[in-house]
Amino acid sequence: MEKKEYKKIVDKYTPDEPRFRNALIAFIIGGFMGVLGNFLVDFYSSTFDLSSKDASVFMIITLVFLGCFLTCLGFFDKWVGFAKCGLIIPITGFAHAMMSAALEYRKEGLVTGIGSNMFKLAGSVIIFGVVSAYIFGLLRLLVIGG
Amino acid sequence: MTFKYNNVYINETSTVVGPYEAKGPFSKLYDKCYKDFYFNEKTWEQAETKLIQESVEILLKKSNRKNSKIDVHIGGDLLNQIVATNYASAIIGIPLIGIYSACATSNLSLLLASNMIEANQIQNAIVTASSHNNSAEKQYRNPVEYGGPKKEYSTFTTTGCAACYLSNEESKIKVESATLGTVVDMGITDVFNMGAVMAPAAAKVINDHLKDTGRKIEYYDLILTGDLGVVGKMILKDYMKQEYNITLKNYDDSACMIFDMDTQPVYMGGSGVSCLPLVAYTHVLNKMKKGELKKVLLVATGALMNPTMCNQHLSIPSIAHAISLEAVK
Repeated sequence: MEKKEYKKIVDKYTPDEPRFRNALIAFIIGGFMGVLGNFLVDFYSSTFDLSSKDASVFMIITLVFLGCFLTCLGFFDKWVGFAKCGLIIPITGFAHAMMSAALEYRKEGLVTGIGSNMFKLAGSVIIFGVVSAYIFGLLRLLVIGG
Repeated sequence: MTFKYNNVYINETSTVVGPYEAKGPFSKLYDKCYKDFYFNEKTWEQAETKLIQESVEILLKKSNRKNSKIDVHIGGDLLNQIVATNYASAIIGIPLIGIYSACATSNLSLLLASNMIEANQIQNAIVTASSHNNSAEKQYRNPVEYGGPKKEYSTFTTTGCAACYLSNEESKIKVESATLGTVVDMGITDVFNMGAVMAPAAAKVINDHLKDTGRKIEYYDLILTGDLGVVGKMILKDYMKQEYNITLKNYDDSACMIFDMDTQPVYMGGSGVSCLPLVAYTHVLNKMKKGELKKVLLVATGALMNPTMCNQHLSIPSIAHAISLEAVK
Protein backbone atom coordinates (compact mmCIF):
# COMPACT_ATOMS: atom_id res chain seq x y z
CA MET A 1 0.00 0.00 0.00
CA GLU A 2 1.22 3.49 -0.82
CA LYS A 3 1.92 5.90 2.03
CA LYS A 4 -0.74 8.25 0.68
CA GLU A 5 -3.40 5.56 0.79
CA TYR A 6 -2.37 4.59 4.30
CA LYS A 7 -2.66 8.21 5.40
CA LYS A 8 -6.27 8.14 4.22
CA ILE A 9 -7.02 5.19 6.52
CA VAL A 10 -5.25 6.97 9.41
CA ASP A 11 -7.17 10.21 8.84
CA LYS A 12 -10.45 8.28 8.73
CA TYR A 13 -10.00 6.96 12.30
CA THR A 14 -8.03 9.77 13.95
CA PRO A 15 -10.48 12.07 15.72
CA ASP A 16 -10.31 15.80 14.99
CA GLU A 17 -9.35 18.14 17.77
CA PRO A 18 -12.35 20.14 19.02
CA ARG A 19 -10.85 23.44 17.86
CA PHE A 20 -13.94 25.55 18.44
CA ARG A 21 -14.41 24.25 22.00
CA ASN A 22 -10.69 24.79 22.75
CA ALA A 23 -10.81 28.33 21.37
CA LEU A 24 -13.93 29.15 23.38
CA ILE A 25 -12.42 27.86 26.65
CA ALA A 26 -9.17 29.73 25.95
CA PHE A 27 -11.14 32.89 25.14
CA ILE A 28 -13.13 32.78 28.36
CA ILE A 29 -10.26 31.84 30.68
CA GLY A 30 -7.77 34.09 28.89
CA GLY A 31 -10.28 36.93 29.28
CA PHE A 32 -10.65 36.10 32.95
CA MET A 33 -6.85 36.26 33.30
CA GLY A 34 -6.95 39.73 31.71
CA VAL A 35 -9.58 40.82 34.25
CA LEU A 36 -7.45 39.43 37.07
CA GLY A 37 -4.38 41.26 35.72
CA ASN A 38 -6.26 44.53 35.47
CA PHE A 39 -7.65 44.09 38.97
CA LEU A 40 -4.10 43.60 40.27
CA VAL A 41 -2.89 46.73 38.46
CA ASP A 42 -5.73 48.77 39.99
CA PHE A 43 -5.12 47.21 43.39
CA TYR A 44 -1.39 47.98 43.40
CA SER A 45 -1.78 51.49 42.03
CA SER A 46 -4.47 52.46 44.56
CA THR A 47 -3.06 50.65 47.60
CA PHE A 48 0.62 51.50 47.18
CA ASP A 49 0.10 54.73 45.28
CA LEU A 50 2.09 53.54 42.22
CA SER A 51 1.95 54.72 38.62
CA SER A 52 0.07 52.23 36.40
CA LYS A 53 3.38 51.38 34.68
CA ASP A 54 4.98 50.37 37.97
CA ALA A 55 1.81 48.64 39.08
CA SER A 56 1.83 46.44 35.93
CA VAL A 57 5.34 45.25 36.81
CA PHE A 58 4.00 44.20 40.21
CA MET A 59 1.06 42.52 38.47
CA ILE A 60 3.44 40.52 36.25
CA ILE A 61 5.52 39.49 39.26
CA THR A 62 2.37 38.34 41.08
CA LEU A 63 1.12 36.25 38.13
CA VAL A 64 4.55 34.69 37.52
CA PHE A 65 4.78 33.84 41.20
CA LEU A 66 1.31 32.28 41.14
CA GLY A 67 2.13 30.28 37.99
CA CYS A 68 5.34 28.95 39.59
CA PHE A 69 3.80 28.32 42.99
CA LEU A 70 0.76 26.43 41.68
CA THR A 71 3.04 24.37 39.39
CA CYS A 72 5.09 23.38 42.43
CA LEU A 73 1.94 22.37 44.29
CA GLY A 74 1.36 19.93 41.46
CA PHE A 75 -2.04 20.76 40.03
CA PHE A 76 -1.42 23.70 37.71
CA ASP A 77 -0.63 21.30 34.84
CA LYS A 78 -4.18 19.99 35.05
CA TRP A 79 -5.57 23.54 34.90
CA VAL A 80 -3.34 24.29 31.88
CA GLY A 81 -4.42 21.02 30.25
CA PHE A 82 -8.03 22.14 30.56
CA ALA A 83 -7.70 25.86 29.81
CA LYS A 84 -5.02 25.30 27.11
CA CYS A 85 -4.03 28.63 25.51
CA GLY A 86 -6.13 30.50 28.09
CA LEU A 87 -3.31 29.92 30.57
CA ILE A 88 -0.39 29.28 28.19
CA ILE A 89 -0.41 32.57 26.26
CA PRO A 90 -0.54 34.83 29.37
CA ILE A 91 2.65 35.21 31.44
CA THR A 92 1.46 32.28 33.62
CA GLY A 93 2.30 29.89 30.74
CA PHE A 94 5.88 31.15 30.66
CA ALA A 95 6.24 30.71 34.41
CA HIS A 96 4.68 27.25 34.21
CA ALA A 97 7.02 26.11 31.41
CA MET A 98 10.11 27.26 33.31
CA MET A 99 9.08 25.89 36.65
CA SER A 100 7.98 22.49 35.33
CA ALA A 101 11.36 22.03 33.60
CA ALA A 102 13.21 23.14 36.74
CA LEU A 103 11.24 20.68 38.86
CA GLU A 104 11.91 17.88 36.41
CA TYR A 105 15.70 18.29 36.42
CA ARG A 106 16.26 19.39 40.03
CA LYS A 107 17.73 16.03 41.01
CA GLU A 108 20.43 16.33 38.35
CA GLY A 109 22.33 19.13 40.03
CA LEU A 110 22.13 22.93 40.12
CA VAL A 111 24.31 23.54 37.06
CA THR A 112 23.89 20.37 34.99
CA GLY A 113 20.23 19.95 35.95
CA ILE A 114 18.27 23.11 36.73
CA GLY A 115 20.70 25.57 35.12
CA SER A 116 20.95 23.90 31.76
CA ASN A 117 17.39 22.61 31.50
CA MET A 118 15.18 25.32 33.05
CA PHE A 119 14.77 27.10 29.71
CA LYS A 120 14.22 23.90 27.76
CA LEU A 121 10.68 24.98 26.84
CA ALA A 122 10.76 28.68 27.70
CA GLY A 123 14.07 29.35 25.91
CA SER A 124 12.44 29.64 22.50
CA VAL A 125 9.82 32.03 23.94
CA ILE A 126 12.63 34.35 25.04
CA ILE A 127 14.65 34.07 21.80
CA PHE A 128 11.70 34.68 19.49
CA GLY A 129 10.24 37.28 21.87
CA VAL A 130 13.45 39.32 21.67
CA VAL A 131 13.79 38.84 17.90
CA SER A 132 10.19 39.85 17.19
CA ALA A 133 10.44 42.82 19.61
CA TYR A 134 13.49 43.97 17.67
CA ILE A 135 11.73 43.65 14.30
CA PHE A 136 8.57 45.41 15.48
CA GLY A 137 10.65 48.13 17.14
CA LEU A 138 12.48 48.69 13.87
CA LEU A 139 9.21 48.79 11.91
CA ARG A 140 7.75 51.26 14.36
CA LEU A 141 10.83 53.47 13.98
CA LEU A 142 10.55 53.38 10.19
CA VAL A 143 6.77 53.90 10.01
CA ILE A 144 6.00 56.39 12.76
CA GLY A 145 9.50 57.50 13.69
CA GLY A 146 9.91 55.94 17.16
CA MET B 1 11.24 -15.34 9.85
CA THR B 2 9.37 -17.82 12.04
CA PHE B 3 10.93 -20.14 14.63
CA LYS B 4 9.19 -23.34 15.84
CA TYR B 5 9.72 -24.59 19.38
CA ASN B 6 9.10 -28.02 20.86
CA ASN B 7 10.34 -27.73 24.42
CA VAL B 8 10.07 -24.14 25.60
CA TYR B 9 7.62 -23.39 28.41
CA ILE B 10 6.55 -20.41 30.48
CA ASN B 11 6.86 -21.63 34.07
CA GLU B 12 6.23 -18.52 36.12
CA THR B 13 5.55 -14.80 35.76
CA SER B 14 5.61 -11.77 38.01
CA THR B 15 4.33 -8.21 37.70
CA VAL B 16 4.95 -5.00 39.64
CA VAL B 17 2.93 -1.92 38.68
CA GLY B 18 2.39 1.77 39.40
CA PRO B 19 -0.66 3.70 40.62
CA TYR B 20 -2.72 3.91 37.42
CA GLU B 21 -2.46 0.22 36.60
CA ALA B 22 -3.30 -0.56 40.23
CA LYS B 23 -6.66 1.12 39.65
CA GLY B 24 -7.24 -0.73 36.38
CA PRO B 25 -9.37 -3.82 35.79
CA PHE B 26 -6.55 -6.32 36.51
CA SER B 27 -5.42 -4.74 39.79
CA LYS B 28 -5.93 -7.93 41.79
CA LEU B 29 -3.80 -10.01 39.42
CA TYR B 30 -0.56 -8.05 39.90
CA ASP B 31 2.00 -9.23 42.44
CA LYS B 32 2.76 -5.77 43.77
CA CYS B 33 1.19 -2.35 43.31
CA TYR B 34 2.67 1.02 44.23
CA LYS B 35 0.64 4.09 45.11
CA ASP B 36 3.05 6.70 43.75
CA PHE B 37 5.60 7.01 40.95
CA TYR B 38 8.74 7.07 43.13
CA PHE B 39 8.53 3.67 44.92
CA ASN B 40 10.56 5.18 47.80
CA GLU B 41 13.38 6.09 45.41
CA LYS B 42 14.77 9.56 44.64
CA THR B 43 14.13 9.76 40.91
CA TRP B 44 11.90 8.13 38.30
CA GLU B 45 14.86 6.46 36.62
CA GLN B 46 15.87 4.89 39.91
CA ALA B 47 12.24 3.96 40.51
CA GLU B 48 12.18 2.07 37.21
CA THR B 49 15.37 0.26 38.20
CA LYS B 50 13.64 -0.78 41.41
CA LEU B 51 10.61 -2.01 39.41
CA ILE B 52 12.80 -4.41 37.44
CA GLN B 53 14.79 -5.52 40.47
CA GLU B 54 11.65 -6.23 42.50
CA SER B 55 9.82 -8.06 39.76
CA VAL B 56 12.83 -10.36 39.28
CA GLU B 57 13.07 -10.95 43.04
CA ILE B 58 9.38 -11.86 43.18
CA LEU B 59 9.76 -14.08 40.12
CA LEU B 60 12.71 -15.99 41.63
CA LYS B 61 10.80 -16.42 44.87
CA LYS B 62 7.67 -17.66 43.09
CA SER B 63 9.61 -20.09 40.91
CA ASN B 64 11.75 -21.17 43.86
CA ARG B 65 15.05 -20.50 42.12
CA LYS B 66 18.24 -18.70 43.11
CA ASN B 67 19.76 -16.15 40.74
CA SER B 68 22.88 -18.30 40.38
CA LYS B 69 20.71 -21.06 38.86
CA ILE B 70 19.40 -18.82 36.07
CA ASP B 71 21.43 -19.00 32.86
CA VAL B 72 20.44 -15.75 31.13
CA HIS B 73 18.48 -12.57 31.80
CA ILE B 74 17.12 -10.86 28.67
CA GLY B 75 15.38 -7.53 29.03
CA GLY B 76 15.00 -3.92 28.08
CA ASP B 77 13.17 -0.68 28.72
CA LEU B 78 12.51 2.66 27.03
CA LEU B 79 15.26 4.78 28.54
CA ASN B 80 18.46 5.82 26.79
CA GLN B 81 21.11 3.08 26.88
CA ILE B 82 18.37 0.86 28.45
CA VAL B 83 19.73 2.27 31.66
CA ALA B 84 17.07 0.95 34.05
CA THR B 85 17.68 -2.66 32.98
CA ASN B 86 21.46 -2.23 33.17
CA TYR B 87 21.37 -0.77 36.68
CA ALA B 88 18.89 -3.38 37.89
CA SER B 89 21.07 -6.13 36.43
CA ALA B 90 24.02 -4.94 38.52
CA ILE B 91 21.95 -5.88 41.57
CA ILE B 92 20.27 -8.99 40.13
CA GLY B 93 23.55 -10.56 39.06
CA ILE B 94 22.42 -12.81 36.21
CA PRO B 95 24.31 -12.72 32.84
CA LEU B 96 22.46 -10.07 30.83
CA ILE B 97 21.45 -9.57 27.22
CA GLY B 98 20.14 -6.00 27.16
CA ILE B 99 17.93 -5.31 24.16
CA TYR B 100 16.03 -2.37 22.72
CA SER B 101 13.03 -2.85 20.47
CA ALA B 102 10.83 -0.05 21.86
CA CYS B 103 7.49 -1.48 23.00
CA ALA B 104 8.12 -4.76 21.17
CA THR B 105 10.92 -5.55 23.66
CA SER B 106 8.85 -8.06 25.64
CA ASN B 107 8.27 -10.34 22.65
CA LEU B 108 11.79 -9.98 21.28
CA SER B 109 13.21 -11.08 24.64
CA LEU B 110 10.81 -14.05 24.74
CA LEU B 111 11.87 -14.96 21.18
CA LEU B 112 15.60 -14.78 21.94
CA ALA B 113 15.25 -16.77 25.17
CA SER B 114 13.12 -19.41 23.43
CA ASN B 115 15.65 -19.76 20.61
CA MET B 116 18.48 -20.36 23.08
CA ILE B 117 16.47 -22.86 25.14
CA GLU B 118 15.31 -24.72 22.03
CA ALA B 119 18.90 -24.96 20.80
CA ASN B 120 19.90 -26.39 24.20
CA GLN B 121 22.40 -23.59 24.73
CA ILE B 122 20.71 -22.76 28.02
CA GLN B 123 18.28 -24.56 30.33
CA ASN B 124 16.33 -21.56 31.55
CA ALA B 125 16.06 -17.78 31.27
CA ILE B 126 14.24 -14.84 32.73
CA VAL B 127 12.94 -12.04 30.55
CA THR B 128 11.91 -8.58 31.75
CA ALA B 129 10.10 -5.69 30.10
CA SER B 130 9.63 -2.43 31.93
CA SER B 131 8.39 1.10 31.35
CA HIS B 132 7.73 4.05 33.64
CA ASN B 133 5.30 6.78 32.67
CA ASN B 134 7.24 9.71 34.09
CA SER B 135 10.75 8.70 33.06
CA ALA B 136 9.47 8.02 29.53
CA GLU B 137 7.58 11.34 29.35
CA LYS B 138 10.70 13.15 30.55
CA GLN B 139 12.88 11.56 27.89
CA TYR B 140 10.54 11.54 24.91
CA ARG B 141 8.17 14.45 25.50
CA ASN B 142 7.78 17.47 27.80
CA PRO B 143 8.45 17.79 31.54
CA VAL B 144 5.82 15.83 33.46
CA GLU B 145 4.56 18.85 35.39
CA TYR B 146 4.11 20.79 32.14
CA GLY B 147 0.43 20.84 31.26
CA GLY B 148 0.71 21.85 27.59
CA PRO B 149 -2.18 20.33 25.66
CA LYS B 150 -1.87 16.79 24.36
CA LYS B 151 -3.85 15.47 21.44
CA GLU B 152 -6.96 13.58 22.43
CA TYR B 153 -5.74 10.56 20.47
CA SER B 154 -2.44 10.21 22.35
CA THR B 155 -1.78 7.23 24.63
CA PHE B 156 -0.61 6.92 28.23
CA THR B 157 2.64 5.06 29.03
CA THR B 158 2.12 2.25 31.54
CA THR B 159 4.24 2.03 34.67
CA GLY B 160 5.28 -1.48 35.49
CA CYS B 161 7.63 -4.37 34.97
CA ALA B 162 6.60 -7.81 33.83
CA ALA B 163 9.04 -10.66 34.29
CA CYS B 164 8.78 -14.22 33.04
CA TYR B 165 10.68 -17.42 33.79
CA LEU B 166 11.15 -19.71 30.79
CA SER B 167 12.69 -23.14 30.74
CA ASN B 168 12.61 -26.56 29.08
CA GLU B 169 10.64 -28.04 32.01
CA GLU B 170 7.07 -28.72 30.98
CA SER B 171 4.34 -26.44 32.30
CA LYS B 172 0.80 -25.44 31.36
CA ILE B 173 1.90 -22.80 28.87
CA LYS B 174 4.04 -23.70 25.87
CA VAL B 175 5.83 -21.21 23.64
CA GLU B 176 4.88 -22.75 20.32
CA SER B 177 6.50 -20.45 17.77
CA ALA B 178 7.72 -16.91 17.24
CA THR B 179 7.94 -14.59 14.26
CA LEU B 180 10.62 -11.95 14.05
CA GLY B 181 9.30 -8.65 12.73
CA THR B 182 10.52 -6.28 10.03
CA VAL B 183 10.88 -2.53 10.45
CA VAL B 184 8.09 -0.74 8.59
CA ASP B 185 7.80 2.99 7.86
CA MET B 186 4.52 4.26 6.45
CA GLY B 187 5.40 7.94 6.63
CA ILE B 188 3.61 8.93 9.83
CA THR B 189 5.26 11.92 11.54
CA ASP B 190 2.67 12.64 14.26
CA VAL B 191 4.35 11.75 17.58
CA PHE B 192 0.99 11.58 19.32
CA ASN B 193 -0.53 9.06 16.90
CA MET B 194 1.57 6.03 17.88
CA GLY B 195 -1.23 3.60 16.99
CA ALA B 196 -1.06 4.75 13.37
CA VAL B 197 2.74 4.40 13.40
CA MET B 198 2.66 0.81 14.68
CA ALA B 199 -0.40 -0.71 12.98
CA PRO B 200 1.39 -1.55 9.65
CA ALA B 201 4.20 -3.35 11.52
CA ALA B 202 1.63 -5.39 13.47
CA ALA B 203 -0.25 -6.23 10.26
CA LYS B 204 2.95 -7.32 8.53
CA VAL B 205 4.11 -9.61 11.32
CA ILE B 206 0.66 -11.20 11.68
CA ASN B 207 0.57 -11.83 7.93
CA ASP B 208 4.15 -13.18 7.93
CA HIS B 209 3.32 -15.48 10.83
CA LEU B 210 0.22 -16.89 9.16
CA LYS B 211 2.09 -17.36 5.87
CA ASP B 212 5.11 -19.08 7.48
CA THR B 213 2.97 -21.43 9.56
CA GLY B 214 0.30 -21.98 6.91
CA ARG B 215 -2.45 -21.10 9.37
CA LYS B 216 -5.66 -19.18 9.00
CA ILE B 217 -6.56 -16.28 11.28
CA GLU B 218 -9.30 -18.43 12.87
CA TYR B 219 -6.61 -20.77 14.24
CA TYR B 220 -6.09 -18.45 17.20
CA ASP B 221 -8.54 -18.05 20.08
CA LEU B 222 -7.06 -14.64 20.75
CA ILE B 223 -4.80 -12.29 18.87
CA LEU B 224 -3.55 -9.65 21.27
CA THR B 225 -1.64 -6.63 19.98
CA GLY B 226 0.54 -4.54 22.25
CA ASP B 227 -0.26 -0.89 22.58
CA LEU B 228 -2.12 0.40 19.54
CA GLY B 229 -4.87 2.12 21.53
CA VAL B 230 -8.45 2.74 20.42
CA VAL B 231 -7.46 4.57 17.22
CA GLY B 232 -4.64 2.20 16.25
CA LYS B 233 -6.90 -0.79 16.78
CA MET B 234 -9.43 0.51 14.25
CA ILE B 235 -6.64 1.42 11.82
CA LEU B 236 -5.14 -2.09 12.08
CA LYS B 237 -8.46 -3.78 11.35
CA ASP B 238 -9.07 -1.63 8.28
CA TYR B 239 -5.46 -1.84 7.01
CA MET B 240 -5.31 -5.61 7.52
CA LYS B 241 -8.44 -6.02 5.41
CA GLN B 242 -7.29 -3.73 2.61
CA GLU B 243 -3.63 -4.75 2.44
CA TYR B 244 -3.71 -8.48 3.22
CA ASN B 245 -7.42 -9.28 2.83
CA ILE B 246 -7.52 -10.69 6.38
CA THR B 247 -10.47 -9.96 8.65
CA LEU B 248 -9.23 -9.93 12.22
CA LYS B 249 -11.26 -12.26 14.43
CA ASN B 250 -10.93 -12.88 18.17
CA TYR B 251 -8.83 -9.77 18.25
CA ASP B 252 -8.11 -7.33 21.06
CA ASP B 253 -5.52 -4.75 22.01
CA SER B 254 -3.96 -4.66 25.48
CA ALA B 255 -3.82 -0.84 25.44
CA CYS B 256 -7.61 -0.86 25.58
CA MET B 257 -7.71 -3.46 28.37
CA ILE B 258 -5.12 -2.43 30.96
CA PHE B 259 -6.96 0.70 32.12
CA ASP B 260 -10.58 1.44 32.86
CA MET B 261 -11.23 3.50 29.75
CA ASP B 262 -14.40 5.11 31.13
CA THR B 263 -13.05 6.48 34.40
CA GLN B 264 -9.26 6.81 34.03
CA PRO B 265 -7.68 9.84 32.26
CA VAL B 266 -5.59 7.82 29.83
CA TYR B 267 -6.67 9.26 26.45
CA MET B 268 -6.84 6.37 23.92
CA GLY B 269 -5.41 3.72 26.30
CA GLY B 270 -2.06 2.44 27.47
CA SER B 271 1.29 2.23 25.71
CA GLY B 272 4.84 1.36 26.65
CA VAL B 273 7.00 -1.72 26.92
CA SER B 274 5.11 -3.19 29.87
CA CYS B 275 1.60 -2.70 28.42
CA LEU B 276 1.33 -6.03 26.57
CA PRO B 277 3.15 -8.30 29.07
CA LEU B 278 1.22 -6.87 32.03
CA VAL B 279 -2.01 -7.99 30.36
CA ALA B 280 -0.58 -11.16 28.83
CA TYR B 281 1.20 -12.50 31.93
CA THR B 282 -1.83 -11.94 34.16
CA HIS B 283 -5.23 -11.94 32.49
CA VAL B 284 -4.38 -13.97 29.36
CA LEU B 285 -2.21 -16.63 31.02
CA ASN B 286 -4.85 -17.09 33.73
CA LYS B 287 -7.47 -17.73 31.06
CA MET B 288 -5.16 -20.17 29.30
CA LYS B 289 -4.50 -22.05 32.54
CA LYS B 290 -8.24 -22.30 33.13
CA GLY B 291 -8.69 -23.64 29.63
CA GLU B 292 -10.80 -20.73 28.38
CA LEU B 293 -8.16 -19.91 25.77
CA LYS B 294 -6.02 -22.49 24.00
CA LYS B 295 -4.06 -20.74 21.28
CA VAL B 296 -2.96 -17.14 21.66
CA LEU B 297 -0.86 -14.92 19.42
CA LEU B 298 0.86 -12.04 21.21
CA VAL B 299 1.89 -9.24 18.88
CA ALA B 300 4.07 -6.65 20.64
CA THR B 301 4.28 -3.43 18.66
CA GLY B 302 7.02 -0.83 19.02
CA ALA B 303 7.29 2.68 17.62
CA LEU B 304 11.01 3.29 17.05
CA MET B 305 10.64 6.95 17.91
CA ASN B 306 13.59 9.23 18.48
CA PRO B 307 13.04 12.92 19.36
CA THR B 308 16.12 14.04 17.38
CA MET B 309 14.90 12.37 14.18
CA CYS B 310 11.37 13.71 14.74
CA ASN B 311 12.80 17.23 15.05
CA GLN B 312 14.51 16.60 11.71
CA HIS B 313 11.01 15.97 10.27
CA LEU B 314 11.63 12.30 9.54
CA SER B 315 8.78 9.82 9.82
CA ILE B 316 8.66 7.24 12.61
CA PRO B 317 9.53 3.60 11.80
CA SER B 318 7.97 0.76 13.76
CA ILE B 319 8.49 -2.94 14.45
CA ALA B 320 6.41 -5.81 15.82
CA HIS B 321 7.26 -9.33 16.93
CA ALA B 322 4.78 -12.19 17.34
CA ILE B 323 4.80 -15.00 19.89
CA SER B 324 2.43 -17.94 19.67
CA LEU B 325 1.45 -19.52 23.00
CA GLU B 326 -0.39 -22.78 23.51
CA ALA B 327 -2.12 -24.20 26.57
CA VAL B 328 -0.81 -27.69 27.34
CA LYS B 329 -3.45 -30.26 28.27
